[in-house]
Amino acid sequence: MNDVPSIVVDQLVKRFGAFTAVNQVSFEIRSGEIFGLLGPNGSGKSTIIRMLCGLLTPSSGSATVVGFDVARQAEDVRRHIGYMSQKFSLYNDLTAIENLQFFAGLYGVKGRALDERIAWAIKMSGLAGSEQLLTGELSGGWKQRLALGCAVLHRPRVLFLDEPTAGVDPLSRRQFWELIHQMSREGVTILVTTHYMDEAEYCNRLALIDEGRIVEMGTPTEIKQTAVKGDLLLIECSPLGGGLAAIKQAPGVIDASVFGAALHVVVSAGRDPVTELPAFLAGHDVRVGRIEPISPSLEDAFVSLTGSRALSSEPPQ
Amino acid sequence: MNLRRTAAMSRKEFTQIRRDPHSLIIVLFLPLIQILLLGYGARLDANHIPVYVLDQEGSQDSQALLKAFQASPYFDVIKAVNNYHALVRAIDADQCKLGIVIPWNFSERLDDAGRTSVQAIVDGTDDNSAQLAEGYAQAVVATYASNVQLEWFGRHGLAQDASNPLSVDYRTWFNEDLESKNFIIPGTVALVMALMGALLSSLTIAREWERGTMEQLIASPVTALEIMVGKLVPYVGIGLLDAALCAVFAVGWFGVPFRGGLGAFFFTTILFLIVILGIGYMISVATKSQLGASQYAVLVTLLPTSMLSGFAFPIDQMPAPIRAITYLVYSRYYVSALKRIFLGGAGINDLVPEIVAMTIYALVIGFFATRAFHKSLQ
Repeated sequence: MNDVPSIVVDQLVKRFGAFTAVNQVSFEIRSGEIFGLLGPNGSGKSTIIRMLCGLLTPSSGSATVVGFDVARQAEDVRRHIGYMSQKFSLYNDLTAIENLQFFAGLYGVKGRALDERIAWAIKMSGLAGSEQLLTGELSGGWKQRLALGCAVLHRPRVLFLDEPTAGVDPLSRRQFWELIHQMSREGVTILVTTHYMDEAEYCNRLALIDEGRIVEMGTPTEIKQTAVKGDLLLIECSPLGGGLAAIKQAPGVIDASVFGAALHVVVSAGRDPVTELPAFLAGHDVRVGRIEPISPSLEDAFVSLTGSRALSSEPPQ
Repeated sequence: MNLRRTAAMSRKEFTQIRRDPHSLIIVLFLPLIQILLLGYGARLDANHIPVYVLDQEGSQDSQALLKAFQASPYFDVIKAVNNYHALVRAIDADQCKLGIVIPWNFSERLDDAGRTSVQAIVDGTDDNSAQLAEGYAQAVVATYASNVQLEWFGRHGLAQDASNPLSVDYRTWFNEDLESKNFIIPGTVALVMALMGALLSSLTIAREWERGTMEQLIASPVTALEIMVGKLVPYVGIGLLDAALCAVFAVGWFGVPFRGGLGAFFFTTILFLIVILGIGYMISVATKSQLGASQYAVLVTLLPTSMLSGFAFPIDQMPAPIRAITYLVYSRYYVSALKRIFLGGAGINDLVPEIVAMTIYALVIGFFATRAFHKSLQ
């Protein structure tokens, strides 16, 4: 990694009619960095990526990708980037190898590099022996790796991945992230959007996006530490709803929300909640099963930053 | 324009056509079906017009006249009725197209006064057939009348050749037998090109949008012009192939003469394809949906080509305002070129007006088509 910014986004705004999808977003991404945009569906992540790829024109603000302005030099930008859109967008009626050949043609990959890169992409995606299958017949993980292969045949300096692992099984997701890390080590700058918390942990740096704004930015560790002000507890209790209502009134409690079948409760530092809270809840007819301090996850950070519901409650697309 | 990217686009498009059964049907079977349907179905000649007769006299003379009708290839005398009502009913019931009534005093007046008349009742529901039937009937009667006249002259000792001081000898060029299939079939090539070209090209851009592949294309360095040219080139090739197929079928199966130059045939076909494919492409850009695009495309290409190009309905016979409109119909020039190539033996040099008009259209449509599509999701 070096310190030359590969992507510079300055006060970027995108409006669709009266709706502001992206609102005054600014960030810089260094070469070779894996930068994640984390946020719920509809928070504006894809719109940011599409503006950076020159697919949408910004309403105001500016952005450069490898030094080219995305609004005025879109074609220059496109030569240097790879893009995997949210929806699978290879040709299902072409074979795997035909898709690779097509995109190699579009990106001007030729000569020895052509054979070399196509062979690399087939090996990388694990499609050796299945090159002649129609792409529509491939399973999710294969399709996704083939799409990645098509997007990086021309060795782009920047790779944009919009929800790349949506609808892909966990094993394929892990393999996919290994590939991403390998490219990052080779100096490729990667901007990835996701609403999976575990995936966000793979990023070097993150921007948390909510309703078109960046609410926090930093490494996953920084975000978790700064976002949750106080100590975090996990409390299993019954009834859950009654417990949530009651605990918000308890002394020292800053925030509380439901995570799965338990509560995550933030209390001010320096108290002894493990003894105080069960007593308080007992007075409100709530029985406490388990109570223990936990370290905050990105999800906790997101919830305390936005006050919104947990990301993982979103059904995966 | 980068040739490598354009070629990649063409190759991909061609592979997709090859794998898509619907496109293959349009490419391979539509031209054959269309030329067969039009070759057999859209005949404008009248042969074997069904005729009922009411012979009120029943004399040798009246029978001689009816024999003349029977002998004509244009008529089939299928029934003799014995009253006027039966004849009217037969026409009402569409059992015959023509009713001949010979009056009871036919031969008497022919002998006495030297002149008489027969009544012909024509079913005018189909204007074209009615006119033909009327014309043929007049011809039959005229021939009969002149025979009677000659006989009369002969009987009165007059020279026979005095009967016809002047006559016109007709010679029809280019379509000597006046067969409507020769008139219609060359034009069907235009119809096939219009339908095939419009249907296929209207799908090109819409398909990318509907299948979600457009976003990836826009994000790549391929330009809008390369997308357009790359996508349409395979269809020009297919169009030329289909045009050749139609020509072979027209000549080999229907026996239509092909007297002109192959160069002229393919050159005008390329110009026409540019116009049709450009229109289909622009519609595809505008509608973004395959179904909508194909419907619009058929509307704006097939309809004017079938109605206003002179393909089957002669432009000379249209009312003046419609005739004026046909000058704007691009297919008119191609149909005219096709007929002159097939029947008139025209080469490129003979088709300057048609080629100039079609080139102007190709340039204008091409100009707008290159500006129709913008690489943006908005």
